[in-house]
Amino acid sequence: MDIAGELLAGSRLALSRAITAVENEYDEAVSIMQRLYSHTGKAHVIGITGPPGAGKSTLTDKLAKAYRQQGKTVGIVAVDPTSPFSGGAILGDRIRMNELTLDEGVFIRSMGTRGSLGGLSRKTAEVVRILDAFGKDVVFVETVGVGQSEVDVIKAADTTVVVLVPGQGDDIQAIKAGILEIGDIFAINKADRDGVDRLATELEMMLDLNQNEVDWRPPIERTVASQGSGIAELLTTIDGHICFLSQSGHLTRRRTDRTRNELLALIEEHIGRYVLQQLSSWGQLDTLVSRIEKREKDPYTTVSELLHMYLRY
Amino acid sequence: MANETLKAKMQAYTAKVEKSLEKFPERKNLAHNRLYTPLDVEGFDYERDLSFPGEFPFTRGVQPTMYRGRFWTMRQYAGFATAEESNKRYRYLLEQGQTGLSCAFDLPTQIGYDSDDPISEGEVGKVGVAIDSLADMEILFDSIDLGKVSTSMTINAPAAVLLAMYIAVAEKQGVAADQLNGTIQNDILKEYAARGTYIFPPKPSMRLITNIFEYCSKNVPNWNTISISGYHIREAGSTAAQEIAFTIADGIAYVDAAIKAGLNVDDFAGRLSFFWNAHNNVLEEVAKFRASRRVWAKVMKERFGAAKPKSWMLRVHTQTAGSMLTAQQPENNIVRVALQTAAAVLGGTQSLHTNSKDEALALPTEDSVRIALRTQQIVAYESGLADVVDPLAGSYYIEALTNKIEEECWNYIKKIDELGGAVVAIEKGYIQKEIQESAYKWQMEVEQKQRIIVGVNQFQIKEKPVEGLMRVDASVGEMQKKKLADLRAKRDNAAVKEKLAALENAAKDEKTNLMPFILDAVKVYATLGEVCGVLRKVFGEYEAHVSL
Amino acid sequence: MEKRIRVLVAKPGLDGHDRGAKVVARALRDAGFEVIYTGLRQTPEQIAEASLQEDVNVVAMSLLSGAHNTLFPKVVNLLKEKGMNDVLVVGGGVIPDADIPGLKQAGVAEVFTPGTPTANIVDFIKSNVK
Repeated sequence: MDIAGELLAGSRLALSRAITAVENEYDEAVSIMQRLYSHTGKAHVIGITGPPGAGKSTLTDKLAKAYRQQGKTVGIVAVDPTSPFSGGAILGDRIRMNELTLDEGVFIRSMGTRGSLGGLSRKTAEVVRILDAFGKDVVFVETVGVGQSEVDVIKAADTTVVVLVPGQGDDIQAIKAGILEIGDIFAINKADRDGVDRLATELEMMLDLNQNEVDWRPPIERTVASQGSGIAELLTTIDGHICFLSQSGHLTRRRTDRTRNELLALIEEHIGRYVLQQLSSWGQLDTLVSRIEKREKDPYTTVSELLHMYLRY
Repeated sequence: MANETLKAKMQAYTAKVEKSLEKFPERKNLAHNRLYTPLDVEGFDYERDLSFPGEFPFTRGVQPTMYRGRFWTMRQYAGFATAEESNKRYRYLLEQGQTGLSCAFDLPTQIGYDSDDPISEGEVGKVGVAIDSLADMEILFDSIDLGKVSTSMTINAPAAVLLAMYIAVAEKQGVAADQLNGTIQNDILKEYAARGTYIFPPKPSMRLITNIFEYCSKNVPNWNTISISGYHIREAGSTAAQEIAFTIADGIAYVDAAIKAGLNVDDFAGRLSFFWNAHNNVLEEVAKFRASRRVWAKVMKERFGAAKPKSWMLRVHTQTAGSMLTAQQPENNIVRVALQTAAAVLGGTQSLHTNSKDEALALPTEDSVRIALRTQQIVAYESGLADVVDPLAGSYYIEALTNKIEEECWNYIKKIDELGGAVVAIEKGYIQKEIQESAYKWQMEVEQKQRIIVGVNQFQIKEKPVEGLMRVDASVGEMQKKKLADLRAKRDNAAVKEKLAALENAAKDEKTNLMPFILDAVKVYATLGEVCGVLRKVFGEYEAHVSL
Repeated sequence: MEKRIRVLVAKPGLDGHDRGAKVVARALRDAGFEVIYTGLRQTPEQIAEASLQEDVNVVAMSLLSGAHNTLFPKVVNLLKEKGMNDVLVVGGGVIPDADIPGLKQAGVAEVFTPGTPTANIVDFIKSNVK
């Protein structure tokens, strides 16, 4: 099966298989990504993050429907944690999006974080890119916003919406450090509950303290996703953010940064893997380690020798 | 014997048996102590904790006479295929000595879809009878005098519609609404938490329920307007204490909602009824029934300030545990059901459905339903279990266990109150999560053989496939579709449109009682799907909270 | 390579009894599978399309209402139409023995009736997944 070719011709099955290839690190993944790369860069990527139970999936579902009303096609990548004990995962985000399943303009893919914390953000970025190449106008990346790996995942997004709910006071303390920097927009969901004003005030206060990007102050929107209220306003704000990004030149800057980071990460990964492969296949690794342990060699000289040997550096 | 002496003797006993029981490690960690003594019921006060049957706190039963007067109502849940087929089964059961009807509806009916809706495909007439309109309901109760029989309907989200149809059929038979006896399940909260046949979100669902309370208190005074059900919570895997705790928490939410809607607690509380599961552990079940009556009596009297003794009584229908039936060696189920029946009777139920031996395989055949009914009759007439009121009272074990279950129940109610009540606890997934944990624990115990299920994980035999199972004719769906097409062609469609529009308008105003509008609509043969469709449009649909 | 067996656990039809489906979902998770749980009231079309989007190896359906003869084969056929030829389809619930040969002929690889230990389901999937 010519996965990349069929994907570009519009096959949903090929799209799905391409994602699997990347996720499972199949050999053909690289060639697929090579074929697809020139078709990417068009989608608006929206990150949706926040604590468990904030209603992220329902919000994503409603935003996706709103984009569909505008005639845009939508991809959704929903990332859920893998159990560290069994390596298995229950991926339950689709439940909130069942109505989208039969909409041909929507493609939803659930992913487990699996073991590879470092690799997860790259894989997510690649899955997003595959959906982009398939022609999706908007791609959502939805993930629980706790921990560094999830924050990294969200870096694939152009616009990040941080979803919070009132009445969970402790969470905001716990995650504020990470989310303040990544939030372009804050959505206070379940805004029909008590404590919504207090949460909004707290957020405003924190934003006052954080003046990094002075030309975009993250707006705070109130939603009740389960009833669809506040969705239109949130959508306008998201569109406003992408407008701001492109007009201010931030979009180009962000994407250039991202491209650079991805390139560097790829280089790092591939060189690392190549060197490791060479070392292991000759059984040199253990010898080197033990010599360094015994202080017969130092690691710095060792690395420079290795680079010279394998990369003619 | 002085307490100190008793304690010392108990210690000596424990030391002695622990040694000899070392040989039986598999019987070591059972849920209950191995022996109960007066030490376990210290502070026991007969008047306060038990009192007399028919008196607060009703631990010993809600009626003074219990089964020395009338036996419990023997009520077999039945219904399948078309209204014609089910009508035949009902008449058969009444001829066999059954004393009340219990209607099972198919899933499209329970979720408010007509048989010709694409989503109904494959489901029409399968787990119960298909009812699309008043026309089906007229056939279902043909030649059954609704003034004489009491009918229980397992219907929840569209309960108002089916009740309206029942009232309309009665009217055609010349039976006035105030002569009707029966029950609708009408318990939406356990649908969200455990059973899954919900339609609307909690708020409008609670409104429909309070509308029914109000309408019936004025017009159908002998109707049990709700059967607050722990049965399905238990079937979903909860423990005995969780079953009554979550159900009583649901009950509190209904009473709260009705009071908030302006009703007087004593005007409707006497029509509230409950529905328990009769599970395998006989004595634990007996204690559960007793504890539940005591908790509810206190809730109604102390929390809600109800003044009428009738408002304090937890009257209960019981069904034996369907999930405990095994597909392996199905004849063994007859014995299970007999023991479960004993539990329900010793626990003092007001009515009982006994499951049939083949229900882990299919809907029951007429023969197996007869055996299930005979099981009740044998317990009633031959066993002596029904001869004395609350015969296990005073047993150290039963009283200690009743206290323990009551305490667990209060702890859960407290926790749910802190979360903001049962509705919020369900929306947050708390109750579902607790049930799932228990269900998973049970399954793992069975798989690891810490819990033996005879014929399933021990004492297995090589079995032949069971023959002669009941099959629902696949043509039922087509027949219902045809009946609907005829109905839509023949009825006064202008009147249908008008009544549905009136219902839609009424639904938009939260203060309006919808019962009269629903009654008007079903009388002109608006279908169940049409009525629920209008309400779906105004109310929206519930989105399940799933946490695994 | 980081392959995981992916399983879609679905409740087709209108039946709301999800105790079994949930217990199985958890057991599969604990066996190291990725379980996509889609909840109640799924049409065959939704199940097949979700299976395609998730590129699952296994579709596991649970049904207690008796509609299995209609719904299970329909899912199998829709999967084939979508080119998902290598998916293992299994079913469970209240299913009479007499219906099982027909379901197998229709492409359901195995039917698990009440009382089946979850470990058997895990083993079956492990040894039959393509």
